[in-house]
Amino acid sequence: MPEAVGFFTDTSVCIGCKACEVACKEWNQLKGNKPTFLDSFDNTGKLDEENWRHVAFIDKVPDAAATTGNGAAWLMFSDVCKHCKHASCLEVCPTGAIIRTEFDTVFIQQDVCNGCRDCISACPFGVIGFNELSGTVHKCTFCYDRLQSGLMPACAKVCPTQAIQFGPLSEMQKRADARLGTLRAQGNTQASLYGRDDKVYGGLNAFFLLMDKPEVYGLPNEQNAVLPRRNNRPSYLGILVTAALGLVAGLAAFRDRGDARRAEEAARQTDTTERN
Amino acid sequence: MAEHFVQPPHWEWYILAYFFLGGLSGGAYALATMLRLIGGPRDEATARIGFLTAFPLLVACPILLALDLGQPLRFWHMLIDTTPGHLGPAFKDWSPMSVGSWVLLLYGVFAFVSFLEVLAPAGRSLSRILSGGIGRIFNVVGAILGLFIASYTGVLLSVSNQPIWSDTWALGGLFLASSLGGAAALLSWLARHRPEAESTERRLFSADRYFALLELVLIVLFFVNLAGAGTLARALAGPWAGFWGLVVVSLLLPLAGLGRPRPRTEVAAGSGSAPAGRAASGSRTMVLAGVLIGVLLMRFVVIFSAQY
Repeated sequence: MPEAVGFFTDTSVCIGCKACEVACKEWNQLKGNKPTFLDSFDNTGKLDEENWRHVAFIDKVPDAAATTGNGAAWLMFSDVCKHCKHASCLEVCPTGAIIRTEFDTVFIQQDVCNGCRDCISACPFGVIGFNELSGTVHKCTFCYDRLQSGLMPACAKVCPTQAIQFGPLSEMQKRADARLGTLRAQGNTQASLYGRDDKVYGGLNAFFLLMDKPEVYGLPNEQNAVLPRRNNRPSYLGILVTAALGLVAGLAAFRDRGDARRAEEAARQTDTTERN
Repeated sequence: MAEHFVQPPHWEWYILAYFFLGGLSGGAYALATMLRLIGGPRDEATARIGFLTAFPLLVACPILLALDLGQPLRFWHMLIDTTPGHLGPAFKDWSPMSVGSWVLLLYGVFAFVSFLEVLAPAGRSLSRILSGGIGRIFNVVGAILGLFIASYTGVLLSVSNQPIWSDTWALGGLFLASSLGGAAALLSWLARHRPEAESTERRLFSADRYFALLELVLIVLFFVNLAGAGTLARALAGPWAGFWGLVVVSLLLPLAGLGRPRPRTEVAAGSGSAPAGRAASGSRTMVLAGVLIGVLLMRFVVIFSAQY
C-alpha cells in the first residue's frame, strides 16, 4: 500500500499566475469553458467538470489608505478538490463510483458513474461538475494516473512559487506547521491552516494555508463543515411521525361508520330542506 | 447560521414529475390499503380503484429517473456495484438514493401484484391466494413501501449540503402529507361515478382535510427550520413566496369545505335540476384539480427554489 499523499496549498505565496490551471488542463485533456470576464484576472469563475484547479482572486483592497501591515490587496487562492477524509460526495454516491484510492485520494470511476449528480448536491465545496458529453461527473483526480507512475500531480509540478506542494501527507503537514510558525514569527496573526487537523471533514488530503477566515475564500468554517448523513435520522423521524399521524387521520376518517352514516343522512336532510 | 458554497445538481423536470407521480402512487396504495382494512365492504370499490391507479402512476417513475441520468443505460448501477474487483449489490443505508432505488424496485413488485389482483380475470388465481390474511399482510407491506416512496424523496433532498434542502428535517414529512392529500383527492375523483362509493368519497374528503392540516403544520415547521438556518429569505425570494401562497391556498380549499362531495342519489332521482348537479360536480372537479396542482407546485418550489 503506497503512502497517503497530500497537497499543501500555501495561499500566502500564490501569485495568481494560473500555471496550475493550465498544466491541469494540459495533462488531463480538459478543454475548459469559454473565458468570462469577471471582476479580476479570474476568467474561470469556479471549479467544475472542466476546471479541476481554479485560482480565485479575492478582493481585499482596504477602504482606508494602506499603512504598515494592512497592505493586503488581493488574496490569491488556488482551489482544488479537498480529497476529504470523510467525503460528502463519496458518502451519498449510490453506485459506488466514488472511491478512496490506494493513495488515500477521492476518485470518481468514470465507467461506474451513471450521472445521477447526487455528489454535486452533497459536495460542500462545489467541486464536482457534470459533463454533458460523457454523461458523468468529473473533478480533480489528484492525477491518479501520474501517481500510479510515480510522478507528482501536474499542478504541483508546474507551480513556480511552491504555493502548491506535493508529497506524503505527513510530510506536508510538518511543512505546513513550519510555514505557519514562520509567518507567526514574522508577526502575521491572520494566517491559519484549513483542513490540516481533523476539524474539517476529518482532515483534508488537499489542505490550505489561508490568510483570512475560511468563509472569505468560499470555504465552510468548522461549524458549517457537516456531512449530508447528519440529516438522515431527523428526516426519517419526521416521516415516521407524519406517517403515524396520517394513520390516525385515516382511522378517524375511514373507521367511524356510525358517525359517517349519520352525517350523510343529516346532509341529505338539510339539502332537501334547502331545496324545499 | 448555515453558509453554503455548493453547486446545484440540476435536478429538474424529470425529478419533479417523479416526485409527483411517485408520491401519488404511494399515497394511493396506502389509502387503498387503509380503506380495505379499516373501511367497510362498501369502501372496497374505491380501494380497488386505488390499487388500479397505484401501478400505472408508478410505471413512469423508473423511466423518468433513468432519463434524468447522464448515462440512462447505466440505471442498474444503482443496484449493482460494477467497481472492478468489488462486483456485487450496491446498497448504502445512509444514502437515500441508494435505499430509494431498492425500495422503488420492491414497491413496484407489490404495486404490480395488487394491480393484477384487482384486474380480473387475469388476477383471479392471484386474488384467491391473496384473499385471506396473507393478502392483508401483503397490502400492509406494500402500503409501508408506498409510504416510503411517497416520502423518502424529501429525505434525499435533505441528505445533501444544498441550501434550503439540507437546512430542515421537515421535507420527508411534508412530501408524505402532501402525497396522502393528493391521493385522497385523486381517488375520490376517480370514484365519483361509483354508486357504492358515495360514503367512501365522504370519508376520503374528511381524510383529505386532516392531511391538508398536517401539511400546513409541516410547512410552518419547514419555515421555522429555515429561519433558524438563515435561509428563509432565499426560500421566499422572488416568485417563490407567491408559489408558496398558492400551495397554502390549495390546502385551504378542502379545509374551507370546498369540494365536499354532494349526496348524489337525489341528483339521480331528479329532485334537483340536472344542470345544477353537473355544475356542482364540475366545480368539485376544479377543486380536486386545485388540490393536485398544489401537490405539484409544492414539489416544484422545493426543488427549484434551492437551485436557482
